[in-house]
Amino acid sequence: MAGQWTSASGRAPGEGAPRAPAPPFTREHEDFRQVTRSFVERELRPHAQEWEDARWFPNEVFRLLAAHGYLGLKYPEEYGGQGGDYLHDAVFAEELARCGSGGLAAGIGAHTGIATPPIWKFGTEEQKRRFLAPAIRGEKIAALGITEPGAGSDVAGIRTHARRVDGGFVVNGSKTFITNGVRADFVVTAVRTTPEGGHRGLSFLVIEKGMEGFSVSRKLDKLGWHASDTAELAFDDVLVPEENLLGEENRGFYLIMANFQWERLLMALGAVGSMQATLERTLEFARERRAFGRPIGRHQAIRHKLAEMALKLETGRALTYNALRLFAEGHDAVREVTMAKLKTQRDAFEVADAALQIHGGAGYMKEYEIERALRDLRLGPIGGGTDEIMREILGRQLGL
Amino acid sequence: MKICVLVKEVPDAAVEKRMDPSTKRLDRSGEKNLNPFDTHAIEAAMQIKEGGAVDVDEIVAVTMGPESAVRALHKAVSLGADRSVHLTDPALAGSDVCATGYALAQVLKAESPDLVLLGQQSDDGECYTVGAVVADHLQMPSLTQVIKIDVQDGKLRCERQAEYGYDTVEVELPAVISVGDAINEPRYPSLKAIMGAKKKPLDTKSAADVGIDPSRVGEQGSRTAVLAINPPPAKEPGEIIEDEDTDETVQKIVSWLEERKLLA
Ligand SMILES: Cc1cc2nc3c(=O)[nH]c(=O)nc-3n(C[C@H](O)[C@H](O)[C@@H](O)COP(=O)(O)OP(=O)(O)OC[C@H]3O[C@@H](n4cnc5c(N)ncnc54)[C@H](O)[C@@H]3O)c2cc1C
Ligand SMILES: Cc1cc2nc3c(=O)[nH]c(=O)nc-3n(C[C@H](O)[C@H](O)[C@H](O)COP(=O)(O)OP(=O)(O)OC[C@H]3O[C@@H](n4cnc5c(N)ncnc54)[C@H](O)[C@@H]3O)c2cc1C
Repeated sequence: MAGQWTSASGRAPGEGAPRAPAPPFTREHEDFRQVTRSFVERELRPHAQEWEDARWFPNEVFRLLAAHGYLGLKYPEEYGGQGGDYLHDAVFAEELARCGSGGLAAGIGAHTGIATPPIWKFGTEEQKRRFLAPAIRGEKIAALGITEPGAGSDVAGIRTHARRVDGGFVVNGSKTFITNGVRADFVVTAVRTTPEGGHRGLSFLVIEKGMEGFSVSRKLDKLGWHASDTAELAFDDVLVPEENLLGEENRGFYLIMANFQWERLLMALGAVGSMQATLERTLEFARERRAFGRPIGRHQAIRHKLAEMALKLETGRALTYNALRLFAEGHDAVREVTMAKLKTQRDAFEVADAALQIHGGAGYMKEYEIERALRDLRLGPIGGGTDEIMREILGRQLGL
Repeated sequence: MKICVLVKEVPDAAVEKRMDPSTKRLDRSGEKNLNPFDTHAIEAAMQIKEGGAVDVDEIVAVTMGPESAVRALHKAVSLGADRSVHLTDPALAGSDVCATGYALAQVLKAESPDLVLLGQQSDDGECYTVGAVVADHLQMPSLTQVIKIDVQDGKLRCERQAEYGYDTVEVELPAVISVGDAINEPRYPSLKAIMGAKKKPLDTKSAADVGIDPSRVGEQGSRTAVLAINPPPAKEPGEIIEDEDTDETVQKIVSWLEERKLLA
């Protein structure tokens, strides 16, 4: 049965049915969720295995997403966006977790969630035309380059350096762990523009593929996120013109901080979507798989595991939706966002681990996709600010 | 050319369906959706419009149903309809197929479309009949279970899914055509289309507005009555043949099949 308004087929009654909206989402968001879920399930999910094996998803995926408006949900129509808002992007992030490949979701998320927002928020009109509009059309792929071999959690330690010259900057240094780094047409790159260290003196330059001296030094191999390309980038006397300076010179640190809340919310939403999907399939398995004369879900040890999984999902959802609501309403939500990020990333990994245990030997096999989820989700407590850094932020908020 | 598409709000496919024993009607609480077959009817209308063989001035989605059915109309509009008409009236509750078809035909008379498209069946009632009833009232030719439509010289060349193979039928307009789900792959509505749907014109009509004779609709006006609803008999437990001696097991299976004349 086709029909994009129908809920996903092959589910037991009650599972995957469109649900009553939970704030901050409205009916309209749930309608959009239904369509998005069906899009993800039919257009992306069937390819997940192939793209994971290939260690790459094709660039055409960006064109496909663009054709359906997904790359510009929150962006204004004048740049080709859909004219929606953060909540629509939030629906997409949550549903994308069902695509079966953390790497695919990461590549899409890096483009829409972290690399293009700074251009929208801090770019000049001309920069929006040059970079944002083609990114929304899926013609240019974007990456965000902050992390360096010598600076991750400690952003102030960035050493990639941009020296002022006539008409622009000359950049030297390197970046690492950059999602979409191999395929990116442009990298929104954090560089040091003053000789002294620390928070001051950071700026952002849009560095484009093909600029002389800019190269991908390595495609990195990793535990999970196999379909995504993670790169080490090298800058060797790259001449970047003045018009590629994003935002104010030496004010780059604020630009980094500005998008952290949204990036962390997206990660929390992805974890919630993933926990939901994992719980659904594990419940199904626990009902069907029999041992010692009954479905394994009827053994108390398994039933309690599932109860814990459901609790983690619900707690994570409540924290995340609340943080999202505050953020979308324009409040300072650092505390709530930090808590949501911290709570959901470790929990999503643990939910996948419990799911693997419940699946027994089958869980360890590739075909059940649980082992992939487990590998993919291990990044959560590291990326976008580690769990330790999240606790630091919370601890400082307590005045310590 | 003007195309009207009939759309119905039905319980979502993922919701377990339940009959209400007191009214003998389907329990329609819970999440609802646009009837999946109707999404194919809208897509068929869109493809005629975009195909360019005829000029389509507008596509109008029409439903009869309670207040909540507005959401089905919004979905229809997000898939491409230009505007919608909602026939709603307490007097219509409990209408059977003939009454439903008559009421919808009254709305359509006021619209005077060149083509009426609809799904071949609803996901809940599954009568497969509304199209034929509507066509009869409008005195238009009717085709059912159509899986291909081509516009040729102002006429439609259609393929019908028949039991063995396909019928190719030419039909003159105006006509009423019900479509099967093999006809096309409905598009994904974009976020912009979903958000814009509420802004497109929607006319709400009462039974009186379209000149419906109250004695011909509703539970009273329906000439069929559901007397009883019974669940299908529970399946008898199957016979399990344990394999102790394989020759014997094969013999048992063969004689079981022979008793039922299942072996030629
Ligand atoms: C269990 C049960 C048994 C029933 N048995 C009978 C019976 O034996 N005889 C009888 O006369 N009635 C019966 N009814 C009532 C009947 O289902 C509905 O009254 C009537 O709407 C028939 O429509 P359908 O959905 O089955 O139509 P179908 O003919 O299956 O629907 C085809 C298409 O018609 C259009 N359509 C249908 N209803 C509407 C609507 N309200 N608004 C707009 N477009 C619409 C849609 O495009 C749909 O895809 C029964 C109902 C139930 C729940
Ligand atoms: C697959 C993948 C994709 C990525 N994509 C991108 C991308 O697209 N763009 C980008 O810029 N970056 C990206 N990153 C980088 C990511 O953001 C960093 O890995 C992360 O911020 C942690 O930095 P680090 O790896 O340098 O670890 P470090 O900062 O060196 O931390 C090492 C350990 O020390 C702990 N630690 C550090 N400081 C403290 C402290 N003050 N108190 C207690 N413990 C502390 C950390 O929590 C951690 O456990 C990606 C990383 C991965 C693995």
